[in-house]
Amino acid sequence: MELQRVSLAFGGLQAVEQVSFEVAKGAIKAVIGPNGAGKTTLFNLVTGFLAPQQGRIIFQGEEIQGRPAHRIAWQGIARTFQLVQLFDHMTVLENVMVGRHRLSRSGLLAGALQFPWTRTEEKGIRAEAMEFLEFVGLANRAQQPAAILPLGLKRMLEIARALASAPTLLLLDEPASGLDAVETERLKDLILALKDRGLTLLLVEHDMGLTMEVADEIAVLNYGKLIADGPPRAIQKNPEVIAAYLGTDWQSQ
Amino acid sequence: MRLSRFLNRWVLYALAVLGLALFLRDEYSFTLLNFIGIHALLVVGLNLLLGYAGQISLGHAAFFGLGAYTSGILTATYGVNPWLAMAAGLGVSGGAAFLIGIPALKLRGYYLAMATLGFGIIVYIFLNEAHDLTGGPSGLSGIPSLSLAGFPLNTPHRLYLLIWIILGLILALSANLVNSRTGRAIRALHDSEAGAESLGVDTFRMKLKIFVWSALYASLAGSLYAHSLNFIAPGSFGFMFSIKLVTMVVLGGMASIWGSLLGAGVLTVLPEMLTVFHDFEVVIFGAILMVVMIFLPRGLVRGILDLYEFRRYKKKGGHIPV
Amino acid sequence: MEIFADLLQYLISGLTNGAIYALIALGFGIIYNTTTIINFAQGEMVMLGALAAISIYSLTPSLPLAFLGAVVLVTLVGLVFERLALRPVKDPSPITLIIITVGGAVFIKGVAMLLWGKEAFNLPPFSSNAPIHLGPATILPQNLWVLGITAVSVAALEAFFRLTLVGKAMRACAYNTRAARLVGIAAGRMVQLSFGVSAALGAAAGILIAPLTLGVYDMGTMLGLKGFSAAIIGGLGSLSGGVLGGLVLGVAEALATGFISSGYRDAVAFLLLLLVLFLRPQGLVGGRK
Repeated sequence: MELQRVSLAFGGLQAVEQVSFEVAKGAIKAVIGPNGAGKTTLFNLVTGFLAPQQGRIIFQGEEIQGRPAHRIAWQGIARTFQLVQLFDHMTVLENVMVGRHRLSRSGLLAGALQFPWTRTEEKGIRAEAMEFLEFVGLANRAQQPAAILPLGLKRMLEIARALASAPTLLLLDEPASGLDAVETERLKDLILALKDRGLTLLLVEHDMGLTMEVADEIAVLNYGKLIADGPPRAIQKNPEVIAAYLGTDWQSQ
Repeated sequence: MRLSRFLNRWVLYALAVLGLALFLRDEYSFTLLNFIGIHALLVVGLNLLLGYAGQISLGHAAFFGLGAYTSGILTATYGVNPWLAMAAGLGVSGGAAFLIGIPALKLRGYYLAMATLGFGIIVYIFLNEAHDLTGGPSGLSGIPSLSLAGFPLNTPHRLYLLIWIILGLILALSANLVNSRTGRAIRALHDSEAGAESLGVDTFRMKLKIFVWSALYASLAGSLYAHSLNFIAPGSFGFMFSIKLVTMVVLGGMASIWGSLLGAGVLTVLPEMLTVFHDFEVVIFGAILMVVMIFLPRGLVRGILDLYEFRRYKKKGGHIPV
Repeated sequence: MEIFADLLQYLISGLTNGAIYALIALGFGIIYNTTTIINFAQGEMVMLGALAAISIYSLTPSLPLAFLGAVVLVTLVGLVFERLALRPVKDPSPITLIIITVGGAVFIKGVAMLLWGKEAFNLPPFSSNAPIHLGPATILPQNLWVLGITAVSVAALEAFFRLTLVGKAMRACAYNTRAARLVGIAAGRMVQLSFGVSAALGAAAGILIAPLTLGVYDMGTMLGLKGFSAAIIGGLGSLSGGVLGGLVLGVAEALATGFISSGYRDAVAFLLLLLVLFLRPQGLVGGRK
């Protein structure tokens, strides 16, 4: 994926300004920056929840900027949210089953009339969803209402759900936020496992330890502008980056 | 195990319906049951829209009215075959829902509520004012009864089986729908529109589909209503009736198919049983709406089930959401 | 010349009704601005104001007393409503709040029906009933009272929100409740205040219009809905929006009634509402959503 001079302003505030970078296929790219730097706005731009005022976003050779969110999902881009957006009134399994939406076909009439092919498709959806639950370790909770899970497991569920939509690019918005050390370790393993499966990942994260360990490349935003873009070692030493994070002593981690 | 539970409910339903058909004798009971059935049709449809999809509609009575009047006008004034007229009613209601849904469903919360309310009132005023077409406030009479293969369904007893078989089919279709891909997408967009969109669900189209679908149920109910009473008047299709329908959804339980039947049943029977209720009907409806929504915002049946479920998981060490 | 006379007459009655809609719209707007809640029971406050004033007047034939007494009573009702129906709400989503306030409206209407029955009551006009001739048109003194008191109320509200500390506090709550709390503003009190003020406005509207259109238990429903439509037409976020919306609606209704047909009169409000919702949901003045 490639971003070219993407810009968006909200009223007087330039949230994202002329940001350009690339995400190589099969790599893990992290976007970091102080709070308010524009990271989540960037995510919303890439996933179609916002449209840029300037610039282009190119994915697999196609320009996708400005397309609505559900169309972007059909391109093979999935995401998680900073504030988990689960379907609270549905079970854990059902949440993941919704993830299979774009890979199934039954419409309203088919759902109501339950044709044989619909029933077969439904069984398939259920089985596939269970696989994703097993992958993140939530299979034993399949029938529980999603609302009762603790935060760490909710994030896992959201990832499983996003994976179920068979993306080629997965965006994780602060997945480690609110997790303890054990859960963060589990998350790290999961992220690396996903990379092994051939997924491309774009990560927004505050946890520097996690970021340094998993990222192949890091893009640094500050006040909506890109101030650095490169491998972790280079970013760690970059004086502008250090200045932006004044007070955060993460070099020693 | 799930399949056998499924079978059981429908078997019970069929037995109950047939049983009542055989053992009840008086026409009044059947009239009441027919009203319950018609209301249940309306409430299930509204529940799909309001309870499952989370789209506020305060003008549902309009689709009921459009169905009733299309059937009524085509059969009484133009002598069209009632079944064809019913189909035409579906077209009119569905079409209206489609047209109004496109701009309205882009709105949210209060704006959507007001748009549907405004639409409902406009339809009501139209039914009242278009005297030549609809008969105006004094209503439209002389609507013929339905007949099946020459057998006229002109008594409540005869209509009863038709209405409740249709209702049974609709309940089955709705139960199927709710647990299908589309049903999940709709429930998902209620809980988190962003989440649903991020998975490829075209939330706007889904809302529109369910809006039209629920209008079709309402139209069906309207046609059956017209052919049951052989007379319709605009007064039955106004804002207060839309509110009554919402009350039935709320009482029976949002996002509950069988709850819809319960809500329709209770709030149809109660006013009839307690004639003193009539004066207090308005007050009690208002009180129900307030009390249930304050303490059990998902409705009576659903609220109690939720409490039970969460208590069950609390014992197993889960977290209760705030 | 005929048309001019008619036009002027429609304008007068349109502005009068428009002023009433404006007062009701302001009531909606104030609660919305402080709490982002739409109180569907607002229309019933209008009805209660009218009927309460009529009842008080039948006990002590003093209009100022009836006016004051009714406003106070209805303000109390508004406060109680907020306390009992809205404060304990566990899940303040739009659906829930809409249904609760609609339920409240229905409940209050039902109670009114039990207390006053279904008949329509008269309230004498504030001054004489002698029509004044303004060129080719006639205007009743009551029309002037409506326009006058509405204008005064709007000015007072503007001053209240702009100049007094309490008023500013209420606006602060609307913009950012948490921040408001942090600087020491008791948000709960502000909410109560907004409900009280809105109820008072509604009551005033009802008392003003009762001499012209009679007071009856079900007058609140349509007035409330139209008042809300006016608020949306003008723009929910601002006071001037409510006033503009009300006047526009009143005049549009009068013109439609006069030149097209009287049967579709009520439809005008909702047609305008739909137009605004679909084309410019932020309203004519374009306040915040």
